[in-house]
Order: sequence, then structure tokens, then C-alpha cells
Amino acid sequence: MLQDILITGLVNGGVYALLAIGFSLIFGVARIVNIAHTAFYMLAAYCFYTLLVRLHVPGPIAAFASVGAVTALSVLCYRLVIEPVREHESAVLIATIALALIFQELMLYFFGGNFLGIPSAVDGVLTLWGVSIPYQRLLILAVAATMLVATWYLLYRTRLGLAIRATANDLEVANLMGMNVHRVAMATVAISVALAAIAGVVVAPVFVVDPFMWLTPLVTMLAIVVLGGLGSLKGSLVGALVIGYVEAITVFALPQGAFLKGAVALSIMVLVLLARPEGLFGVAFEEER
Amino acid sequence: MSNPLLFAARRSWVNLRNEVLVLPSRVLALVWVLLVLLVPLVYGDPYVLRILAMTCIFALFAASWDLLAGYAGQINFGHALFFGTGAYTSALVSLRLGVPPWLGVCAGAATAALAGFAVGFLCLRLRGSYLSLATLAFPLIATGVLFAFPDFSGGELGIGGVRSLALSRTANYYIIAVAMLLLVFGMWKIADSKIGLVLHAIRDDEVAVRAAGINTTRYKLAVFAMSAFAAGVAGALYAHFLRVAGPSSLEVALSFQVVIWGIFGGVATIYGPVAAVFILYPLTEWLGSFRAFGELRLLVFAVIVLLVLLFMPRGLTPWVRDKIETQCPRCKQRNASWRSACRLCAAPLAPTAAARA
Repeated sequence: MLQDILITGLVNGGVYALLAIGFSLIFGVARIVNIAHTAFYMLAAYCFYTLLVRLHVPGPIAAFASVGAVTALSVLCYRLVIEPVREHESAVLIATIALALIFQELMLYFFGGNFLGIPSAVDGVLTLWGVSIPYQRLLILAVAATMLVATWYLLYRTRLGLAIRATANDLEVANLMGMNVHRVAMATVAISVALAAIAGVVVAPVFVVDPFMWLTPLVTMLAIVVLGGLGSLKGSLVGALVIGYVEAITVFALPQGAFLKGAVALSIMVLVLLARPEGLFGVAFEEER
Repeated sequence: MSNPLLFAARRSWVNLRNEVLVLPSRVLALVWVLLVLLVPLVYGDPYVLRILAMTCIFALFAASWDLLAGYAGQINFGHALFFGTGAYTSALVSLRLGVPPWLGVCAGAATAALAGFAVGFLCLRLRGSYLSLATLAFPLIATGVLFAFPDFSGGELGIGGVRSLALSRTANYYIIAVAMLLLVFGMWKIADSKIGLVLHAIRDDEVAVRAAGINTTRYKLAVFAMSAFAAGVAGALYAHFLRVAGPSSLEVALSFQVVIWGIFGGVATIYGPVAAVFILYPLTEWLGSFRAFGELRLLVFAVIVLLVLLFMPRGLTPWVRDKIETQCPRCKQRNASWRSACRLCAAPLAPTAAARA
């Protein structure tokens, strides 16, 4: 059981980290609470399903095509819907909720409410210390790790990453230093949604694909970013692993655990916030005026 | 003819003429109240009555969200917790203990107020987005606990067979409508009073309010409890009206729905979210009655909200109010936009930028 907990926690934590880091980035740079973040994850899964199962496109091409398409769609949505109402924070908030609902309803209309299955990209299991791990889960773990390293490289070793971090730190000063903050915000949207889309594509064969699959990860993701500290990437990563393990322990160790896994994870978040209102790695800033 | 009666009638007419009929927005509010109270007498179709009753329940719910999120700035993403607490408590109390529905509603509202107090207490140190995202967790924790104890809570099916409020359909409607009107006007009064002023100030700059010697903690806890109380009444009425209290009264979709209503109508107004519910809820139900639209109802709803927001980013009612009314530059009182001089101080009214646009 211990090995089960270790592996499941790590795999789920990896997926959560992909989602949470994207969300955290977009919040840090553009101050957008993007409720539609996991809706893009759902769209990527549907896109992958359509290409792979309905149109019989080979796996890798289908994966890249769906990530690309969803990223392009996110930039389009940002330009058409979010940017016109950027000054009104509450309007941005419900615009993203409305977008998520629109995506959900469109998928419901075109694909129906049934659970759709996607064949695994790699079959077979690896047996390690008496635990059998499907290769698909290892693939998820590998992709998550690669993407996390790539994101770290992008943010800390490139000029774009420098611009993104500068904008997140202080939007006005970054603007004065000659950075095009609008373009930086757009690039951030693209990067963050691309991370979500990658997560959607790799988990699609393991989880079921249905129009409501965005709600549960949304809540978990929000808990993670609040737990880790809004806008903090390290916090998102640590928070993702914490929540991933807490969920795994609840499911394997408690009776009725499957029902309680969300509740326990969220209670942990509330407890952490009681002790540290700015999250584990958040910066306690003076009140903005 | 008794003189005091005549006097009272005359006085209320003068009040009506001088205070209500002079401003288009107040006339609209009066017409709305009359419509809510009179429509069932003229048009007693069971389906329409049902939609109207649901609209009233959700209007109360949305207004309670606005008191907390709009006025005090505590943008709550888990408002369904209070609705669900009210629904479940009143259903359990009236089913297990067999108390009459009105007592169940009171119990539901009281428990919801307690829940509001608890959530407010836990969230006292959180600000802005942290608060929003943390509050999202509470209804989900509650749902998880309910599902883990299905014998007590009925699990996914919820608690069925709750007694209805009254025997006849019309009486049912009137109980809901009158409760909604009383509570909405009560909240509007609170928001208009000194408490509302302090809440406004807390939203804009909490440190400054504390520096002015005001105990912001007490105000924040009070507004959480008041808002939760009203939401609990709405939830309890909902449980007694549909005669079932289920986990759908706690779900994320309902919390998001109330955020959409609130912001669509215009925050920090109380009447804005009410107007939004009275427009959006019957509209979506009506669209749902067409076969072609039935499945697309939520989609159409979301698209309408998105389009309206692109044109009125501050919400519907502030936009409408700017169109039909102007503010006097000298005494800051509101006037109908077609007047050329202020109704109170006779200063000439320049058309405002909003009215010209």
C-alpha cells in the first residue's frame, strides 16, 4: 500500500503541478484569476480524442496538434474576450467563468455527456518493488518532469522569461523599462494554457474524458496555488506534491476515502491558510492601495 | 370617515409623489414590487408561478452575495455553502423532528448564519484573491462530508419528502415572494445605513478604517453572518419549495452562478443582482422550453453574459442608471436625465458624459 501511495501521489502531483504552475504564472503576470484554465485542459483532451479515435491521426502528431490548437484558441479568447475588459477585475472573472461554461456546453452538445475512453499511448506495466505501474503513468510523470524543467529554463534562462518575471514583479516599472507588457501577458497566457493542454493530453488515456472533467481539477488546482502562495512557482510545485500525496493517502488509507479526498485536501489548505494567510511560499506584501 | 386614516393615506400619497415618482429608477423598483405581488393574481399558470418562485429564491440568494462581496469586498466563491446549509438543516429538522416549515426555515437560516460566522472567522486574515479561492473550498468540504455519511444526509439523492411551505400553490408563492421582498429591502437598508458605509470603507481600504478606530473584525464577521442568514433563508425556502434538499444545493456551479448574477447585475447595489436574476433566470427557462435551445440553454446564457459584459463592464444596472438619471453637480442628488434643472436645488443640469455617450 505504501508503494501505491508513493507512486499515485507522485503521478497526480506531477499533473497538478503542470496545471497549478500555468495558473500561477497567469495570475502573477496579468492578475487574471483564470477559472477557464482547466477548461482548456478539458478541450485539449477532447481535441486529442477527436484526432486520435475519430480521425485516426497517429498519436504524437495528434498530441502536438491538440496542444497547438488549444493554445491558439486561448490566445484568441484572450484577445477577443479578456483584453477589452481588462481594467474591470470582476468582469474578467466572470468572463473566464462564462468561457469555461461555453466550452463545457459546446463539448456536451457535440460529444454528449458520455464518458469517452482513449487508448493508452504505451501499453504494458512496469513492475517495481512489487508494484505494477502502467507505462502510461510513467509517461505522465516523464512529461510532467520535462515540462517543469522546460518551464524553469524558459523563465530563468531566457529573455522572455526575464520579461515575464519582471512584469509579474512590477507591471508599471516593467512597462517603463520598455517591455511590451501586453505582449508579455499574451505570451504568458499562451505558455500557461499550453502547460494545461499538455496535461490534458497526457492524462486523457488514464482519466475519463467528459464535459465536466474540468471541475474537479479546477478546485484542486485552486487549493494548490492558494496553499503554495499565489503567483509563486516554487509554492505551486510543492503544493501540488503535498495535495497529490494527501489525496493518495486519503484514498488508500481511509474508509470512504474516495468521497473524502477532496474534502481532506481542501481542509489542509484551510489549515495552512490559518497559520500563514499568504500560503507556504507567498510573499506577505503590504496592502496595496 | 375617520380622520387619521385619511391623513395617513394622504401622507403616503405625498411621499409616493415626492420621493418615488420623481426618479425613474424608483418608479422601476415600485413597478417591480407590484409585479412580483400582483402577477399571480392575474396569471395563475402553475408553470409561470413555479418559475417566479424560483426566481424570487435565487434573487434573495444573489442579493445576499452582493451584501458580502459587493459592499464588504469579501468576494465569496463558496456562497452555495450557506444556501446548502439552509436547505439541509431545514429539511433535516422538519423531517426528523417534525417541526412546521416556518420553524425549519428559521433553523436553517440560523445554522447558515453560524456557518457564515465560522467561514468569516477562518477567513479573517485572508485578502482579495486568497479569500475568493479559499472560500471555494468550504462547500466542497461540506459535500465530501455529506457523501461520506449517506445514512444521515441521503448521499447523492439528498433528503426527499420535505413538507411544503403551504397547501396551495399561490400561498407557497406568496410566502416566498414576501420573504424575498422583506429580506432584500432589509439588506438594502443595511447597505444604505452607517453599517453599509463602514463596509464600503473596508472594501476600499481596510487599514485606513482600522486606523480610524473602527473594529473591522466585528464588522466583517457581522456581514458574513448577515449575508449567510439571507442565503440560508433562500436555501431553506428552496428545500421546502422543491421538497428535496440535495447535494446540488452545494455545488460549485451554484456558487459560480451567483457570482455571474452578481457581477452581471452590477456589484454593491443589492438591486443589481436581483434585477440580473429576474432577467436571466426566466430567460434561460424560457429558452429551455424551446426544443432546439433545450440543450444549449447554458451556452446561450454564458454567451449573453459575455456579450453584455463587453458593452457594460460595470454591470447592467449601473449602465441603465447612468442612462436614465443624472447627478446634480451642486447638491449631488439624483435627477431624471430629461430634467434641465435639479429637482431639489434648481441648479442647471449639464448632461453627463455617460448620458451623452
